[in-house]
Amino acid sequence: MEGSNFIRIDKVTKRFGAATAVDGVLLHIAKGEFFSLLGPSGCGKTTLLRMIGGFAFPDEGRIVLDGADVTDLPPNRRPTNMVFQSYAIFPHLNVRDNIAYGLRVERMSAAERDARVDEALAMIRLSGYGDRKAQQLSGGERQRVALARALVKRPKVLLLDEPLGALDKRLRETMQIELRQIQRDVGITFIFVTHDQEEALSMSDRVAVMEKGRVLQVADPKTLYERPVSRAVADFIGTMNFFEGRLIGISDGKATVETAALGRVEAPTPSAGTFAPGARALIAIRPEKLLLSHEQPEAPFVRGKIVAASYLGDRSQIQVNIPGADAPVSVVTQTSTVFRDGEFVYISWRSGGPLLIAE
Amino acid sequence: MNGARHRQWGGGLAIYAFAYLAFLYIPVLLLPLFSFNDSLFIAFPLRGFTTKWYAAMAADTQMRAALWNTLRVGATASLVSTILGLLAAKALTQSAPLPGRGFVLGFANLSLFIPEIVIGIALLILMTSMGLPLSLTSVVIGHVLICLPFALLVLMSRLEGFDSSLEEASRDLGENAWMTFWRVTFPLVLPGIIASLLLTFIVSFDDFMLAFFLCGTDTTLPVYIFGELRFPYKLPNVLALGAAILIASAALIALAEWARRLGAEGPARDRVIGA
Repeated sequence: MEGSNFIRIDKVTKRFGAATAVDGVLLHIAKGEFFSLLGPSGCGKTTLLRMIGGFAFPDEGRIVLDGADVTDLPPNRRPTNMVFQSYAIFPHLNVRDNIAYGLRVERMSAAERDARVDEALAMIRLSGYGDRKAQQLSGGERQRVALARALVKRPKVLLLDEPLGALDKRLRETMQIELRQIQRDVGITFIFVTHDQEEALSMSDRVAVMEKGRVLQVADPKTLYERPVSRAVADFIGTMNFFEGRLIGISDGKATVETAALGRVEAPTPSAGTFAPGARALIAIRPEKLLLSHEQPEAPFVRGKIVAASYLGDRSQIQVNIPGADAPVSVVTQTSTVFRDGEFVYISWRSGGPLLIAE
Repeated sequence: MNGARHRQWGGGLAIYAFAYLAFLYIPVLLLPLFSFNDSLFIAFPLRGFTTKWYAAMAADTQMRAALWNTLRVGATASLVSTILGLLAAKALTQSAPLPGRGFVLGFANLSLFIPEIVIGIALLILMTSMGLPLSLTSVVIGHVLICLPFALLVLMSRLEGFDSSLEEASRDLGENAWMTFWRVTFPLVLPGIIASLLLTFIVSFDDFMLAFFLCGTDTTLPVYIFGELRFPYKLPNVLALGAAILIASAALIALAEWARRLGAEGPARDRVIGA
């Protein structure tokens, strides 16, 4: 891939006392990519972002930006800019002076500076807001000012630390679209930290899922959802039903697993991990890959009893108890058939539904 | 019944509150009252209105020299203690706690409780044993010592809750640490700095004990006033001076409080802890 080594995070480790916040992370990010670091709080995503921005320094490893080793440079000497979680709008300056703050460091004429600020204000659609103070702005407006203040510096990489976390749901959805649009327009590489998997999937070109300082999987959203490499990733991204079993055979890239709950299940063997017949194996199926019916379908199927059914308008979410399963199985259907609590139903699946996951 | 008892208690409380305030302020208010009284003796009944004591005070060159000394000492001591206090407060309020923070903080403020006479004697012994002459400089040193805890407390309350990401944002936007201080930290802390300057100035201006021990032959105003009390005929001048000081310090304290409140809604206090 052209320019896929634009940012190289090379085996970076950061410790705080006895705790390892970031543990040997290796990532290559391409130029112009919208790249997300996704994980629960404390997984090390923010620490990693701060090391890229120069606010923390790795104990081991190097960070290379566009061919230049920036590992030990302070923030003011890196071609990166950050949108902070708290936005960090300077309260003693108005919107204009906030956006112009970084431009005053660079040697440029007042006319050019004004032009750049006007352009930035237009980009975030706050053209009439130049004279307002931070206290007079709403959460969404602050977020946009923070974005403009960083982008006006024309960085090689824009770092965003959970910038939408403080906004309410509707505003967040609007800002997701807006942010993605701006990223496409300016063509700058974005590294976006979030704990919200939907946000990461909907906005990113690629996502790195992190846990306990390590990267579990790096992939585009579709691969991440449809081919998670581990139980942790599958669990973190969306809802997943898990069925424990034993591998009984592999042929033609297909594995057959004997499970207590579903009986024999066939699933494609993943490229990663080693699988030997007789070993414990995990079958994972997304709720929308399971089919629900009152009449007996074509094999393979199992029978179960509905323990909870919620109608959500565009779909129904149904929990079914099946013998041998550890937890009720979650099924999402979009059919017009009505399913009620206490009914006995058939659950079936097609090939391509079940996934084999290394444990 | 209950209500009646309430009212009765309320009345008692009002009397108590009034007596309390009278006890606090009437003696002080007697000063300006007698400073306008046309008599050498401080006694009722009042004899008639005059401003001659103020005129006499203004004409007193020794007094003017002492006032000038006090202002210089106060200005220097407040500036030095505010700068030192700002540096200490900045270090003590960092988001990554300094090792031994509690220990340093406790001891830094403990000096508030050391009796000034002890500090005075200690500094006097130190100065003389080092062979340093007693002068206004030694008074400044003593005053910085007693002003520092005040500066530290005022500035720490200002810096506490200071969103450190504001300074990080400045670094991120290309400024170095020095310019970040002047473009972000200083303007946001300015109300606290002003409050600290005024407060420490008053502490220095008021101080008699340390100045008495350390001033040598350059008297400050409180030391001068104490000396003047030996001459009964100068008493009304002292009253006029006292009244003038009273008004000036009340104005300064009001200014300090105004500056402190000005900043209360200043820097963003919404700090979010990241992963």
